[in-house]
Amino acid sequence: MNLTQLYMQLKRIRMVEEAIADRYSEQKMRCPTHLSIGQEAVAVGVSANLTKEDAVYSSHRAHAHYLAKGGCLNKLIAELYGKSSGCTGGYGGSMHLSDLNVSFIASTAIVGNSIPLAVGHGLHQYTSNSRNLTVSYFGDGAIEEGAFYESANFAVVKQLPVLFVCENNQYSVYSTLACRQPNKRKASDIAAAIGLTTLEVDGNDLLAVIDICKQATDSIRAGDGPFFIECHTYRHREHCGPNYDDDLGYREPAEVEKWLKRDPLLVMKSMLEQHEISLDETFLEQQIRKEINFAFNHAEASSYPIPNNEESKIYG
Amino acid sequence: MVSQAITTFAEQINLAQHAAMQNDSEMLAFGLGIDDPKAIFNTTQKLAETFGPKRVFDMPTSENAMTGVGIGAAIAGSRVLMTHQRFDFFLLAMDQLVNNAAKWHYMFNGQMTVPITIRLIVGRGWGQGPTHAQNLQSWFAHVPGLKVVVPSRTEHVGRLLYQSLMDRNPTIFIEHRWLHNQNVDATKCDPYDMFDNGAQLLKEGQGVTLIASSYMVPEALHAAQKLAAINISCDIIELTRLDRIDWSLLTSSVNKTGRVIICETARKAYSCSAEIAASLTELCFSKLKLPPIRIGLPDYPEPTSFGLTKDYYPSADTIVSEVIKLFSQPQPAVTPRTPHDVPGEWFKGPF
Repeated sequence: MNLTQLYMQLKRIRMVEEAIADRYSEQKMRCPTHLSIGQEAVAVGVSANLTKEDAVYSSHRAHAHYLAKGGCLNKLIAELYGKSSGCTGGYGGSMHLSDLNVSFIASTAIVGNSIPLAVGHGLHQYTSNSRNLTVSYFGDGAIEEGAFYESANFAVVKQLPVLFVCENNQYSVYSTLACRQPNKRKASDIAAAIGLTTLEVDGNDLLAVIDICKQATDSIRAGDGPFFIECHTYRHREHCGPNYDDDLGYREPAEVEKWLKRDPLLVMKSMLEQHEISLDETFLEQQIRKEINFAFNHAEASSYPIPNNEESKIYG
Repeated sequence: MVSQAITTFAEQINLAQHAAMQNDSEMLAFGLGIDDPKAIFNTTQKLAETFGPKRVFDMPTSENAMTGVGIGAAIAGSRVLMTHQRFDFFLLAMDQLVNNAAKWHYMFNGQMTVPITIRLIVGRGWGQGPTHAQNLQSWFAHVPGLKVVVPSRTEHVGRLLYQSLMDRNPTIFIEHRWLHNQNVDATKCDPYDMFDNGAQLLKEGQGVTLIASSYMVPEALHAAQKLAAINISCDIIELTRLDRIDWSLLTSSVNKTGRVIICETARKAYSCSAEIAASLTELCFSKLKLPPIRIGLPDYPEPTSFGLTKDYYPSADTIVSEVIKLFSQPQPAVTPRTPHDVPGEWFKGPF
């Protein structure tokens, strides 16, 4: 993928989520929605190193992971609308996404809860001699869950083909790292102590993420066991919902400003400039806008699922 | 003379696992101690030797994540069996069980299934006390999407486990430790492939319907013998599936006898027997001569001391006593089991 295409991916995810934010107040997307705005480079950088068959599990903040893996946009928007044409038919909503066509297995809502599932997927890949790997995305809050430690430990014991991707955006809702974890102890230090091969990266620098992630996936594919990458990044908007919430004062204005200046799109744009690549941004936006409008129109036009013998659907 | 081959409940559990792993070459089995010298009360013997360490393995002491690992592997396409030596330790895994396994098929609109079976063993006696002897089966029956299977007879347990393993849904398989050494003529064991609706009539009578599960089934059968001596005959219905009950057998029996006693190995209040009593009251109200009676554990945890557990567990005598009350007959003399805290002579501790 060339630099222009990479930038387009970031831009596309950003514009999709901004469209969701813009329309959220219409109250047609009636489910808790955690936007990835500000954190897109991690998803795009990781996905750039994955095949279609490599599996992905994610958490509550999953839109970017889903889209970067190639998850269907129409089905994502329809899912937010709770429509039958959604990626889980309106049963799961924003926090339970799935697109098996591109091996985006699932995202789940409980913090740390999908990490064991990803490792289980890796176990299946290992026992069935598959050449694929599994990515587990989670945030800095999940590091505090026992499920993370337990899963990572087992992945190391069995040398499973799992890439753990920690998006460290420093906040668990409004709770700072300072009140949750000891000062100066890094998530990557814990991961290394468990026995994972570990790298840290500026998660807002797409090319750096791609580079680090390539090292990780090469290592996993070579049979050298699970890998952990810690991506430092920042969410621009509120934990859950379409708005900015810096009026609440839980983040220092200087900190917010620093991170906004390091917006992954700005970082990538300056890369393009460095490489003297010109880009027709307006044309690009028009193309993406068309795709987004189609997705929203499709969602609006789709029908709601109707309860129909629901008790019979709990078993497969 | 043809010599009879005797088989035990534990052996039948073992054979069902061998058969399932043979049948599905991708099936995995893991649990703490699954391949250790004691082989989980002899229920997992030779699994690792037969199917290799990649498919059968001991695991880290991480009940929650390992349950999730099993669920993830099952979603990916491996049939999975996980075994816990005690039910109580599995409580660490409620997030994975309830939020993932139970809901997965429904929540993802039927796109995926979770073929995982989780064996839980309920302890009793020998001072196992508050945290090694719980049967919280109603928790699982309460959550939509879990199958709850509770075996009680040696001739039946193999089929139940084999069918649970071959099922595409998450199944909680609850074994009572005191059942493991039961034995029976091996030729009497049920074939694996016969349809099983989770409720079986074990004995036919007229006076009262006894509905029982797990270790209360042998107690109910024992009680029926004592009652026969005083000319009270019973229908005995063994329940082996608790999350969804096929009511036809239960209602036809209760409509006939008009009297029902429900016996289980869990706490009585807020229990599966409470659900059954409520449902039978709704379904058979006009035919009931007396309100349903439930027999279960009291409203406090199992204490540890030999001195404190004497009257904790209901037995065949408890059932006899309750039945006799229904018929307003004088109570017979009771001959309590000695000692009360072991299942039989064969048991010498420690657990």
